[in-house]
This record gives sequence, C-alpha cells and structure tokens, in this order.
Amino acid sequence: MSLFSIMVSTILVNNYVFARFLGICPFLGVSNKMETATGMGIAVTFVTTLASVITYTIQKTILDTLGLQYLQTIVFILVIASLVQFVELALKKMSPTLYSAMGVYLPLITTNCIVLGVAILNIQQEFNLLQTATSAVGASLGFFLALVLIASLREKMDIADIPEALVGFPITLIAAGLMSIAFAGFAGLV
Amino acid sequence: MKLSTIFKNGIIYENPIFVQLIGMCSVLAITNTVQNSVGMSGAVIAVLVLSNIVISIMRKFIPAKIRIPIFIVVIATFVTMVEMFMKAYAQPLYLSLGIFIPLIVVNCLILARAESFASKNGVFYSAMDGLAMGLGYSVAVIILGSIREILGSGSFWGISLFGEAFQPAAVFVGPPGAFILLGILIGLFNAFIKNRATN
Repeated sequence: MSLFSIMVSTILVNNYVFARFLGICPFLGVSNKMETATGMGIAVTFVTTLASVITYTIQKTILDTLGLQYLQTIVFILVIASLVQFVELALKKMSPTLYSAMGVYLPLITTNCIVLGVAILNIQQEFNLLQTATSAVGASLGFFLALVLIASLREKMDIADIPEALVGFPITLIAAGLMSIAFAGFAGLV
Repeated sequence: MKLSTIFKNGIIYENPIFVQLIGMCSVLAITNTVQNSVGMSGAVIAVLVLSNIVISIMRKFIPAKIRIPIFIVVIATFVTMVEMFMKAYAQPLYLSLGIFIPLIVVNCLILARAESFASKNGVFYSAMDGLAMGLGYSVAVIILGSIREILGSGSFWGISLFGEAFQPAAVFVGPPGAFILLGILIGLFNAFIKNRATN
C-alpha cells in the first residue's frame, strides 16, 4: 500500500471516528468548544504518532523475537500511559507555551482508545515502520478533522431550539450520524 | 448499603451508557448484530467483576499516587485472559469483535468503577457493583444491537424475520445508523427518567 493511499484512507475513507468508532469519548467530551477541540486534536496527533512508532519498535524487537505476542495489550497500554506522563513532563520543561495549549488534555489521552487502537491495528495490518508512522499521522488528522467539524456544529447548536430530551449528547450523536453518512461518500476513493 | 440500590443504580439510574455516557466506542462498534452484543457484554461483565474483586482486595496496599497505572495493569491482565479464552473457545466471535476486545482495557467504564467504587468498598460489594454495571452495559448494548439487526438486516440472532420480500435498511448496520439510533435511545431514556423524577 502506498503512503499516499494510507493517508487518504485513514483521514477520509476509514475515518477512525466516523467509520471505525475509535476515540468516541473525547469526541463527545471535548467537542463543545472550538478551542478545546483544537487543543485535544494537537495533543492526540502528537501522542498517537509517537506511541505508534514506539510500540511498533517494541513489538518487532522485543515481543516478536521473544515470542511474547500475548503480552501485547499489557505492554502497549503501559507504554502509552508512561509516554503520556513523559510527554507532559518534557513539555512542561521545554515548551511552556505548547504545554499550556495542550496540557490539560494530555492525561485524558491515556484512556483514548484511538492511541491503543491505531497501535494494534498497525501491527495487525503488517505495516512497516514508515507505513506505521503515516497511518498514525493520518488517523490522528482524521480524528482532528472529525473533532473540529463536530465542534463547529455544536457551537451552532447551542443557540438552536432542540427538544429538551435531546439537548447535549443525543443531538451530538445524531449529528455525528449524519456526518458519518457524508463520510460514507468517500468510500471507493482508495 | 443495599444490594438492590447497587443494582438499580447500575442498570437504571447510573446506567453507564444511557446516563454516564462512558465506554461508547465499543457500544457503537459491536452492536451490529445481537450475537456480537451478547458476546461483548459477557466479556465486559467478566473483566469488570474480576478487576473489581482484585482491586478491592488490594485497595489497602495500593499507594495512592500510582493507583491508576496499577488499575490499568490489573484490567489489562484480565482483558488478555478473556481475549485468549475467546480465541480458544469462541473463534467466530473473537474474529467479529476483533480490535474491540483488547480495547476493553481503555474502556473508561472499567477504570471508572475501579477508581470510584472498588478502591473504596469491600470485596463482595465491589463484585456486585461490577455485575450491576456490567448488566447495565449489557441491557443498553443488547437493546441497541437488537434494533440495529432487525432494521438493518431484517433478522434476529441470525434468523431471518420478514421473508425475502423485505428490503432491510442497510444504513442501520453501518456506522451512521449506530450514531443516530444511540442518540435517539439516549433521548428516549432522558425523557423516561425525567418523567419518573417529576412524578
């Protein structure tokens, strides 16, 4: 698979939020304002890409050579959790401006299934290192796109007249469903 | 604390899907058929009960500062066990649930129960809380799974319901149907709970 088609596929055709249902919690949780959505998007892009490359290296050099593939889930989640902590500490020290932009969203990322999901799917699809990195960047850009799109819709929905029982999450889910129909139109692009 | 309160909270008043809105990824993804929904419910209940029991036993020795990583390791261990068990005894289910079995680790529902209940209560109540929350998850997932399978493929548990002339609305099996139906279900649940609260 060429790098370009991986990119198009992960951003549009198999968008991780609309077609694969990964990262729904932050997608619903932090999409009420454009600012928070952008912060979360940047943080996820950063961590997902880094985590995918590191977990890929660990899988190939340690788990595969020692025959410990069954420990994949435990090892990956530990790597992600410690990576998130490390990134937080490093950012605080090295780039306070970036830290203040994405600081509060970093701890939330540990339980964002997109990070673990992308890492595992890359191994399952037998990508090489370059393809892994591309697919991770694509996946997080796709997530970013979904988050920004829904945040801009929700800002409009705040002032709309919505039935009382549907205010908040239900109407967001329905809007996401309609958006998912639109994204289904990209099928066949790759 | 009464057992009936724990179960009422888990299934109705604090239903993880309809009220707390946590652990949504797997709910949307695996409800395309009733079989998948039931299989996933079993896996979630098993992990939730077992991890609640172990965390409750260890709650006195776990240092507060590193409790989250410890919870995650305990949960990941049970998820790996469930995954291997499914691979050995329920291969078709294992294949159709796919990535969402290892992703039970990052299901916020399980970590939330460990943090807010099992780390503060005794073993028996923690196990029951896990069971109650797991049942709440199952109820939501099985309702959504049934609706999606009936509307989207015109069948229930793989058995065709309406004969060949029926044209199922495939959109309900796909991602859009999952989002829209879950939105409508949560809306209905809100209306129902609010009505009961005002009466």
